[in-house]
Parts: sequence; structure tokens; C-alpha cells
Amino acid sequence: MVTALQDIYSVLWVDLRFLRRNWLRTLATTLVAPVLYLLAFGYGLGRGVTVEGYNYLEFVIPGIVALTAMTSSFNGAGMKLHVDRLFYKCFDECLMSPISLYSIIIGKTLIGVVRGLISSTALLAACLIFSPLPLVNPLFLLVLVTSCFVFSFLGVLVALIAKSHQDMNVFMSLVVLPMTFLSGTFFSLAQLPEPLRVALSLLPLTHSSQSLRAAALGQPFPWWSLAVLIGFGFAFFCGSLIILRRYSE
Amino acid sequence: MHEVIATRNLTKKYKDVSAVEDLNLSVDKGEIFGFLGPNGAGKTTTIRVLTTLTKLTSGSAVVAGFDVAKEPDEVKKVFGVVQQHLSLDQDLTLRENMELRGRLHHMGSSERKRRIVELLGYVGLTKQAERMVKELSGGMKKAAMIASALMHKPGVLFLDEPTVGLDVQTRRRMWELIRGLNSEGTTIFLTTHYIEEAEALCERVGIVHLGRLIALGKPAELRQKVGLVAVETLENGRFTRYRYFPDRAAATTYVQSLPSDVKTVIIRESNLEDIFVELTGQKVGDD
Repeated sequence: MVTALQDIYSVLWVDLRFLRRNWLRTLATTLVAPVLYLLAFGYGLGRGVTVEGYNYLEFVIPGIVALTAMTSSFNGAGMKLHVDRLFYKCFDECLMSPISLYSIIIGKTLIGVVRGLISSTALLAACLIFSPLPLVNPLFLLVLVTSCFVFSFLGVLVALIAKSHQDMNVFMSLVVLPMTFLSGTFFSLAQLPEPLRVALSLLPLTHSSQSLRAAALGQPFPWWSLAVLIGFGFAFFCGSLIILRRYSE
Repeated sequence: MHEVIATRNLTKKYKDVSAVEDLNLSVDKGEIFGFLGPNGAGKTTTIRVLTTLTKLTSGSAVVAGFDVAKEPDEVKKVFGVVQQHLSLDQDLTLRENMELRGRLHHMGSSERKRRIVELLGYVGLTKQAERMVKELSGGMKKAAMIASALMHKPGVLFLDEPTVGLDVQTRRRMWELIRGLNSEGTTIFLTTHYIEEAEALCERVGIVHLGRLIALGKPAELRQKVGLVAVETLENGRFTRYRYFPDRAAATTYVQSLPSDVKTVIIRESNLEDIFVELTGQKVGDD
């Protein structure tokens, strides 16, 4: 157990070194889109609008935090692993080391979690300027950390499957981008017809933004959404494990 | 002699295509073994199987007494590998790359620090320790890969085309490094498609062609099978014809019997390239 934790830290250590050297650039690039969403949709377009009884800014902030957690965690875990595997080819060195596949996957996932939490925290700090609401509570933090894990596992899975840089871009365009706009991030899913609502519940970000919003606004907490989110995370972890086991065939 | 690497009917197939077929070879402790063949012959696949990166389809392979298919974790502890392509993290410094290797092999902090200083001195990169890997020259990157591969003091070192793309001077320096490592007891399994490299470094060679081992032995023994002396004649002013003889006297007799219109004749010692040409009908550099 101690060895496994040491191995996980060893895998994480190398990405932390990279992050330490590039933290400002990393933070700036991951915050540009959410801050623009916040300004354009929350502060500009949504001013004076109320949704589910809340002013739009209060409503949209948890959604934007959820999507920041998603993009930062996904990119944080996925992009570096993708480069390490296909371009630097240094991921093979991990595979040839006497450490378990579990340690490799969790180590590579944790950098996404770290980056997701840093970006989300920075965004929450920026949100205080616009809406000084006490959003953060233990339940909110639980969902945020869970979301970061889920999307980091997804990043690792996609990076292990991708055969080229184009594959990563295709996934970003066909899955991540639609998820950004359709998962109840910017609007209430209650407005949608039932079949569409069911279809959108297949996206992990839907559960992430719903749970974060409920926790932040003090609404009844959708525990089933948190359970589904954990289920997604487990599925992505198992998928990564299967891919790595087949890696040597 | 103690056998460090052994394969028995090792076969690796990708779908229906055999990259390596029925490979039987053994490498003794302390030996420099050369695996020689053209690009695409199956050399890298063999190294990938022996270093647990690729699963074999059938047969078996043992490294330092551990079966690569059944005990991969044990195998991973005993070898170091320098891949053909750069496999260091280019976003990190040389020291960080070596530190990572040490951590992944469960080395303690003080041991890692000591070993990094020792190895960087050994490969002549002490001054480059804090430089980003992407800033190093080709020769330095290769030396850095060797230093990194040696972090955990492996008993077996796999070198996949260690000098490909390097200039002549750096190649010679790399050879000295490899000889030095071997003299300190490291068993070296080296793949190359440079004939002179195999001849300069290897005590025994295996020649592989289209995934099959076609010759195995000491260079001198293999040369003896083809003929120790080679005669090259330029015929019709266009193509070179090779003939092999057991000694210089037989070669000279043959040259004297040549018709007078054959103007260009070279008598020389045969080499591993001749063996390859004789066995396959093509040159090592041909793909």
C-alpha cells in the first residue's frame, strides 16, 4: 500500500514539476473561456433575467465552475499524457518500470485533479467580484473534487485511446464542446422536453453542474446525480485499465 | 557462462504477419550481443518483447531468470533500455528525468542524488544537468538516455540502434561508453544495422532477416562459413560481383584466372555484411 502511494506520487511528481514551471500560462489559458462565459452570459446577457427563482448570475456560476472543472481536469490529465505517449514517447518508460498499472492511471489522473481544483478555485475567487454569494460548502467541495476526478479519468482514457493529435481534437469537438453547452451549464434542464432531458442525463457534466448548483444554492441535493457521476468515474477508470492491459498486445 | 537472456521459439505476430518468428537465442552474462539486420527485420520488436512492452504471441523469453510473460514486474527491475527514439520527457531537465527514473525504481532520495552525480560524470553531462532535454544536442540526448537507463544499476542493458543519426565522432565516443559499461559487468544486448558497429563492439552476433534468425555466432566464425577473404570485381563497368575464399592464396589464384577485361579487382577480408548478402541476397541497409 505504501509502495503504491509512493508510485502514484512518483507518476504525479513529474507532472507537478511541469506545472510548477508553467503554472501561470496553464492557469491563464484554462481561465480565459470560463471568465468570458461569466462576463458574456452571466454579467452581460443574463442581467435582469431570473431562472428557477434566482438571478441568472447566481444560477450560472455553479454551471461555469462545473465546466471549468471539466475542461481543466480533462486537458490537465489528457493533453500531457497524450504528448508523453505519442510525441515524447516517454510514457513507455512508466510502463517499463516496476509499478502497477493502477498507480500509473491514478498518478496520471491526479495531475488533472490538481489542475481542475486550481482553476476552479481561481474562478470562484473571480466570481466573488461579481456575485458575493457564499457558494462553497462541504457538499459543493465534494461534488467539485468528484467532478475533477471524473473528467481527469476521462482525459486519461481518451489520451490512451487517441492515435493522433487529431483524435484528441475530434473528441474535444464532438464530445467536450457539445457537453459544455448542453449539460444545463447555462440554462435550466427543467425547460427542456422529457426525451431531451433523458438524453442529456447521459452526459457526466449534466450531473456535475446539477449537483454543484444544488449544493451552491441550497436546493434539495440530487444524490442520484452524484452517484451517477461516481459511476462515470469508475467506468472511465476501468476503461483506462483495459486499454493499458491491451497496450502490449 | 550464466545465461542472462534466452528465447525459445519466440514468435510475435501482428494479426497474420509475423514480426518475429521462432527466435531461439541466448546471451551470456557479461557479453555484448549484437542483433543485426535491416530496418523492419524484427529487431525492435524483439527488444519490446524482452522489455515487457509487447506481449509475445507464442514461445518464451527469459531475462535474468524471469519469464517476461509470467513475471514482468521482476523482469522490469533488472534491465535498462535505451530506445531507438528519444524517450525522455523533453519538458523536464536532464536531472529531473533521471530523478523520475530513480523514483519509479524505488530508489531512496540520497541514493538518487548520488547516482545522478555519478552517472552524469560518467557520460560527460555534468554541466548539462539543469538543461531542458529538448535543448541538448543529438549526441547528448543519446548519452542522457544511457545515463537515465543506468539509474537503477541494471544488470542487462538493451540498446536499440544506439548510434543511429549520430556523427562519426559521437558514435565512437558512444562505443567507448558501451565498452566501458560492459567491462564493469553489464550485459549488453544491442541492435544495429551498422555493420561496423556490430564488428567493433560485439563478441557474438545474431543476424535477423524478415523476423527470422539466419545466422548466430562469433563474427570470425560466421566469416569463416562464407570465406575469410572476399574478392570484389566490377563487371561490365556496372555491377559488383562478390566471391569468397578460405584464404588469400585461393583468392589470388582466382584473381589471376580472371579474363583481362576485368579491370577493377578488390581483395579484402570478408565482413558481416558479406555474410548477410550471401544469406539473403540483399544488403543490410536495404529495406
